[in-house]
Amino acid sequence: MTRTLERQGAAHAVSGRGDHLAGTGHLVRLALRRDRVVLPIWVVVLGVMASAGAGSYEALYPTQAERAALTATMGANPSLTLLYGPAFDLSTAGGFAAWRYGAILSLFVALACIFTVTRHTRQEEDTGRQELLSSTVVGRYAALTAAVLVAALGAVLTGVLMAVSLIGVGLPATGSFAFGGSMALTGLVFTGVAAITAQVAEYSRTANGIASAVLGVTFLIRAVGDAAVDASWLSWLSPIGWATQVRAFADERWWVLGLLAVTALALGAIGYRLLPMRDVGMSLIPARPGPPQAASGLRTPFALAWRLQRGVLLGWAVGFAVFGALFGSLAAGVGDLLGDSAQAQQMMARLGGSQSMVDAFLASMAGIMAMIASLYVVQATLRLRAEETAMRVEPLLATRVSRLGLAASHLVFPLAGSAALLAVAGFATGLLHGLRVNDLGGQLPAVLGAAMAQLPAVWLVAGVTAVLLGLLPKLTTAAWAVATLFLLISMFGPVANMSQAVLNVSPFQHIPKLPSAEFTATPLVWLTALAVVLVGVGLAGFRRRDIG
Amino acid sequence: MENAISVSGLRKSFGSTVALDGLDLSVATGEVHGFLGPNGSGKSTTIRVLLGLMRADKGTVRLLGGDPWRDAASLHRRLAYVPGDVSLWPNLSGGEVIDLLGRLRGGLDQRRRKELIERFDLDPKKKGRTYSKGNRQKVAIVAALASNVELLLLDEPTSGLDPLMEATFQYAIQEEREQGRTVLLSSHILAEVEALCDRVSIIRNGRTVETGTLADLRHLTRTSISAELAGHPNGLSKLENVHDLRIEGNRVQFDVETHSLDEALRSLTSIGVRSLTSQPPTLEELFLRHYTEDAKAGSAS
Ligand SMILES: Nc1ncnc2c1ncn2[C@@H]1O[C@H](COP(=O)(O)OP(=O)(O)O)[C@@H](O)[C@H]1O
Ligand SMILES: [Mg+2]
Repeated sequence: MTRTLERQGAAHAVSGRGDHLAGTGHLVRLALRRDRVVLPIWVVVLGVMASAGAGSYEALYPTQAERAALTATMGANPSLTLLYGPAFDLSTAGGFAAWRYGAILSLFVALACIFTVTRHTRQEEDTGRQELLSSTVVGRYAALTAAVLVAALGAVLTGVLMAVSLIGVGLPATGSFAFGGSMALTGLVFTGVAAITAQVAEYSRTANGIASAVLGVTFLIRAVGDAAVDASWLSWLSPIGWATQVRAFADERWWVLGLLAVTALALGAIGYRLLPMRDVGMSLIPARPGPPQAASGLRTPFALAWRLQRGVLLGWAVGFAVFGALFGSLAAGVGDLLGDSAQAQQMMARLGGSQSMVDAFLASMAGIMAMIASLYVVQATLRLRAEETAMRVEPLLATRVSRLGLAASHLVFPLAGSAALLAVAGFATGLLHGLRVNDLGGQLPAVLGAAMAQLPAVWLVAGVTAVLLGLLPKLTTAAWAVATLFLLISMFGPVANMSQAVLNVSPFQHIPKLPSAEFTATPLVWLTALAVVLVGVGLAGFRRRDIG
Repeated sequence: MENAISVSGLRKSFGSTVALDGLDLSVATGEVHGFLGPNGSGKSTTIRVLLGLMRADKGTVRLLGGDPWRDAASLHRRLAYVPGDVSLWPNLSGGEVIDLLGRLRGGLDQRRRKELIERFDLDPKKKGRTYSKGNRQKVAIVAALASNVELLLLDEPTSGLDPLMEATFQYAIQEEREQGRTVLLSSHILAEVEALCDRVSIIRNGRTVETGTLADLRHLTRTSISAELAGHPNGLSKLENVHDLRIEGNRVQFDVETHSLDEALRSLTSIGVRSLTSQPPTLEELFLRHYTEDAKAGSAS
């Protein structure tokens, strides 16, 4: 569309369709400029992950016999399908990579798309910048369209890079494109989900929260459907389930990709339908009025921080309780099926530890929960920075609230909140597992202990984030990169045959893998000490630096 | 009596941007002090340094007898601040914000809170984002004025207020003055400054260019004279400090700096004056002069 047409369109905004999209190109460029660092990072990291894993398959399972054993043991194990989905063919590198990485990578692609859409729609409205943009020659649907296009671009590029890099390590092109396609389309489905939540929610945080909860529920439905033999139809209710059902590298079912595409389009269409039903900056769910006076408890910086952070913490706690209960109820199944096969033992050892299969499974679940909790830690720590950039810290520090007091009132959440999350997860897992194996007295404390032992590693992430907050406030988003790096190293490093030096970078690698391994206090002590020092440095920095 | 605020030689830069370049400011206890300057001249930065939110690179800063960086928390019990750009917590109502900020300052006068909410016509039940800019500003103003403090630091507090609320604000500040409170008022609205301020400091590019009472400052401005004379106005162009001289027959029109007014009138009367009108100097002119010089300096560099 030419510039003159755009102007005319704006002048008669009531009529015509094209007007509604006026300015989309400018907004796409603006969004790409704002995301010029983040977008390439997630595209590349997620894009090459699977091929790195596929590359090490030959080295790990060199013989035909080993591969056959792998399929026999892992492929049908409900506790593993819970996490990774069903294994359709583990006798090839492609089939293995699709199984081991598919479900987890689709989660990350979906999250990246959700955050991208919200960032360029609801968040722009929260900051009031959208109002400024809307007052220029920008059509009603331009912001949403631009956000969807940028998220879609990221998803498609990730999918293409996945396919190309899988072909690059010598895998068949058909399977590679099926895999990349299923990941990209999952991203598009959740781009659609975010297009809806951006209209429904009142704030960007809520929009991200609802969309992430939808993602969590679809993952859960798939997990239950894949793990429970008599309820496999459940997996067909979940887009994450469809992604695995494409069966990349295992006699691909292309029509499932169509299912994902249609869903993505349908969800996007709903978002577009909802958009005109609300005003810029407002939500479909109208804001309720609040009390004319503050409750008597609202008189400390902590009371305010609690008000600001409690919703997010509660949401995470619910998620941890549900997933903990699910893992707990299925843990005992690992042992039933795997028996004592040496290959299976070795496989599980790479996931969690050694010895008993069930214990190794529980240990690896504790580790995964902790790595996910570290994402909460980054979110909760950076809330203070978000408040600062929203100019809401200045008025507080202009009262008798001290800088240390303010920072401490927020840091309670990453430090104590993460402990609460791990306790909830450990308790739920231990309770259900203990009930199932009729050993509540023995299993509950053991599993709870395994979860709590992870805390020093989680705190270390809080320490790193606090240092950025105190010393390099402009670079605080790097905390997400650090936490994700630790997570990817610990989750995929052992499978991808990474060297010990690289694995040692992640603090989770140093935690004793309870309950399967021996308890050793030394790493817990030095990780905690390091975390304390980092938090201290962060606080000292926050005390001394300029605010704003 | 000691000054509530005394700043001298204050310097602050952000990377290569010099925000404050040797700024001086003194505010006597009990006065309402106008703090004026074009956008980006360093008003907000000065106030942030006074609040201990930013550390000065150089210079001395005293606030209520203390060091604002070192004694921040204890000094803050005695002052209230209204930021230039008020951002409220989205899930807190206006009433909750007023109470919270008041309590964090160390107490709130409930009677004054109620009275101000009524006078400013504020709905305390609304939540953060549902307030317009002006209403967000009112929440911060009510929270500050209902606190029992000695010093008010107000950073363009009336931006976004309608004329009616502007009048309400001016009335409220008069009351504060009567209570003996000290006010530092950064502002763009000259009528507001003329109505409220005892003394004024004008800053430009991070440096103080004028400071004094309004009467002092008026002396720095020019009076416009237009006169019909008995003969041809010879010799006027030789006078110093006369600007924009225009002569049409026996009519003459010019601007003269206030301290040369006497001399200029004497040379007019020596020719013989038939009629004369003079326009008194306005604060606006003074500002415009500083602001346009600022713009010129800006475009030259
Ligand atoms: N946090 C900051 N980082 C970088 N530059 C800043 C910052 N705050 C203010 N400045 C710069 O300092 C100068 C003075 O700004 P400010 O004090 O906000 O001016 P005023 O309030 O008078 O409009 C401006 O050039 C502004 O861009
Ligand atoms: Mg300012």
